Amino acid sequence: MTDEKNTQIPDAQAIAEGAEVTKQMVEDYKANAIDMDKMWITMGPQHPFSHGLWTLKICADGEIVTDADPIVGYLHRGWEKEVENRTYPKIIPMADRLCYAASMTYTHLYCMTCEKALGIDIPEKTKYIRIVADEINRLQSHLMWMAAVGTDLGNYTAFLWCSREREYWMDMNVRLCGARSTTNYPRIGGVRNDVFDIDCDLPNEEDHSRFMRDLIRCCDHFDKALWDIIYLIDNNSTFVSRMVGNGIITREQCANLGITGPAARGTGVDYDARRDDPYDNYDKVDFDVPVIKTGDSYSRYMVRVEEMFQSTRIIRQAVQKIKALGRNAPYRLKVPANIPAGRTFCKLEDPRGESMMYLVSDGTDRPYRLKVRSPIFVNVSSSKALLEGCRIADVPVIMAMIDMCLGETDR
Amino acid sequence: MAYSSIIDWVTATWGTPLMERGFYPFDDYNLPYHISMALWNIIGGAIAWLINLLFPGNSLSEWLISPYTNEIFALVLFMVIIFAVAFIAVLISLWEERKVLGRAMDRRGTMIGMMGFLQCVADGLKTFMKDNVYSKKVDEMTYWWTASLVIGTSVLIDCMVPLSSRWFVVNYDAGLLIIMGLYALAPFFILVSGWAQNNKYSLIGGIRAAEMMISYEVPMLIIIASACLLAGSMNIGDIVNAQSEIWFMIPMFVGFVTFVMCATAEAERAPFDLAEAESELVEGWQTEYGGMKWGLIMLADYMRGSVSCGMIVLLFFGGWTIPFVSLDYFLGPDAVDNCLYWLPVPELIFLLKGWFAFFLMIIIRCGVGRVRTDTILNLGWKVFMPLSVLNLMIVLVLLVTGVY
Repeated sequence: MTDEKNTQIPDAQAIAEGAEVTKQMVEDYKANAIDMDKMWITMGPQHPFSHGLWTLKICADGEIVTDADPIVGYLHRGWEKEVENRTYPKIIPMADRLCYAASMTYTHLYCMTCEKALGIDIPEKTKYIRIVADEINRLQSHLMWMAAVGTDLGNYTAFLWCSREREYWMDMNVRLCGARSTTNYPRIGGVRNDVFDIDCDLPNEEDHSRFMRDLIRCCDHFDKALWDIIYLIDNNSTFVSRMVGNGIITREQCANLGITGPAARGTGVDYDARRDDPYDNYDKVDFDVPVIKTGDSYSRYMVRVEEMFQSTRIIRQAVQKIKALGRNAPYRLKVPANIPAGRTFCKLEDPRGESMMYLVSDGTDRPYRLKVRSPIFVNVSSSKALLEGCRIADVPVIMAMIDMCLGETDR
Repeated sequence: MAYSSIIDWVTATWGTPLMERGFYPFDDYNLPYHISMALWNIIGGAIAWLINLLFPGNSLSEWLISPYTNEIFALVLFMVIIFAVAFIAVLISLWEERKVLGRAMDRRGTMIGMMGFLQCVADGLKTFMKDNVYSKKVDEMTYWWTASLVIGTSVLIDCMVPLSSRWFVVNYDAGLLIIMGLYALAPFFILVSGWAQNNKYSLIGGIRAAEMMISYEVPMLIIIASACLLAGSMNIGDIVNAQSEIWFMIPMFVGFVTFVMCATAEAERAPFDLAEAESELVEGWQTEYGGMKWGLIMLADYMRGSVSCGMIVLLFFGGWTIPFVSLDYFLGPDAVDNCLYWLPVPELIFLLKGWFAFFLMIIIRCGVGRVRTDTILNLGWKVFMPLSVLNLMIVLVLLVTGVY
């Protein structure tokens, strides 16, 4: 289904032309620039475009933005210091709080880091369960981002439609682990509960895969419903003309600024940690990594939309694998409380980019140091490169494509 | 004393026909004035009777029911009636927007009161009870007066739109020009208000609003000029009567589409609501206005929207007429003699058409995003301007070839 409809997405050539036109306009403006006083506008920390507490200072020359300066840290709560006083299992719920939109990925990353430090191999079924959980979170995070794009572009219909679709994945989250956003589901050495135990009140019930049945139904529904939203946004020149050709960064700039994730794939960086540096069992499921070379806001938008289709594809395959492994396969290992002294580094493809954890353990039951690398912290520092030369009206649209999440940025 | 009972007091001035009084402020029959006259006969007569009961034979009660005093108090009531009807029409369009938008977005819309209609009242009360907060650094006098003038002109034009040939404030030969003139005043107040608030968002919002409104008034005026040419008059009544057989929407279809777009921009509605673009400029030029001031500015926005719809109805949808259906029973020369002429049928036809025009604007709003300033100016000067001139040329061809 996904592959047939891909042909409807406008080709890169047209987008590149649009980008050229905007670039030309900006150059023309700079050539004939009238001598106007520049004005610093502070957007934030309380501002409708900043999804969370952060400040973006932009320098406006008339309507053209000439400089930008992001200020983060309003939500700093000393996460990295705080975890040093907690035992390893007690850090799991803390890791949930790193990101409110996709909490599962950070908990997953933390558990993966600990397992790597312990040198244990988790059961096969758990790997697939974690894939499913990750992709559900990726979908709901991307849908929240798409809703925010709707409001940033001045349309509330897109916001509510995306929120409605997000509810289905939220419900799946609730079924899986009982919570909507702070899931507390992965454990060091496995996951908290088996997917076969969900919704099975009767002990002798034959069918133990109701959750997985609903998950597949959810995927089927979503693949259709997402096209409604795509038709609303992509077939509408008021949306597309705002995204095409602004916030352009090149592949080299992207590499120098350290941008990762969908924003990097939108500039032609063909890298996805799930495929190129596979963790868990991502190498055993089949999926495509969307890459678009244009590097404007619209390409970042398209990469994310395509990723949503790929996520449902991954969920379908993972569910099949889980069913094949069966109810009796183990889903959790017993692990020691102490992690031997050493240094461990682990990374994972977050919905927003590449998040990493660096654990220094000293043989006790508490980490000596746990460093988190948040993709948004790096991506948002590229604001100047993204915003230079755009108009004030483009600022929310360009920054929306970064998909701000302050929980992980400020930690 | 000749006046012995309350009936005598109340009916003291009812003897002479309305149009043959010493002082009648209109050239034509005016229904709201008639209603207000009847109302004042009752209210004023009752007051005069009560005063006479307390102080028999005083001159104040005689003065209260004298014909000229009656007319003057009736004029005050007349304005109240005109405003109340316009206000309720605006409230209904507000409710319509919330309900239709809600359905389009897969939610219910407002739910307070009967079909959610009381939400408008609740919001009005809420903004009314809010504290009056504003920055110390605003230029106070300008800050207050610009807002008052924006609201005032909006209320004024909303009342100036005639609902039928018997429901109007002035029946003036350049009626359309008056409405457009008042419409064009607001951008200046908005611009000055943006400066006065001492806020960068307000400044940018004010400048955006002003540049947009000014550039969209030109194609609007050209289309109005072509409608006037087609009707052969600038009087609103004549323009509507000229559409008694075929609405101007059909000969001036290009103009109709252009005018709807321009009217949307003029009323600062999506996709042209960039003056209050909440994603980048918090609330545009209204950022520093809070409480009831904000509520009234919001209401003024909707009033401007309903004036836009009123103009669309007057120029393109045939006003209060229905093609091939005679409304002589209500509007003809002998209408006053009919017993049911008080029924506001032509006025309701007009309002229903107006709400339909507003429905078009709502439908546009739910499916589009906000466009950029340069796009809007390009669209205004490079697309709508030539289209409006094309419309004028089509009208001229129709007139020269004798089709009209």
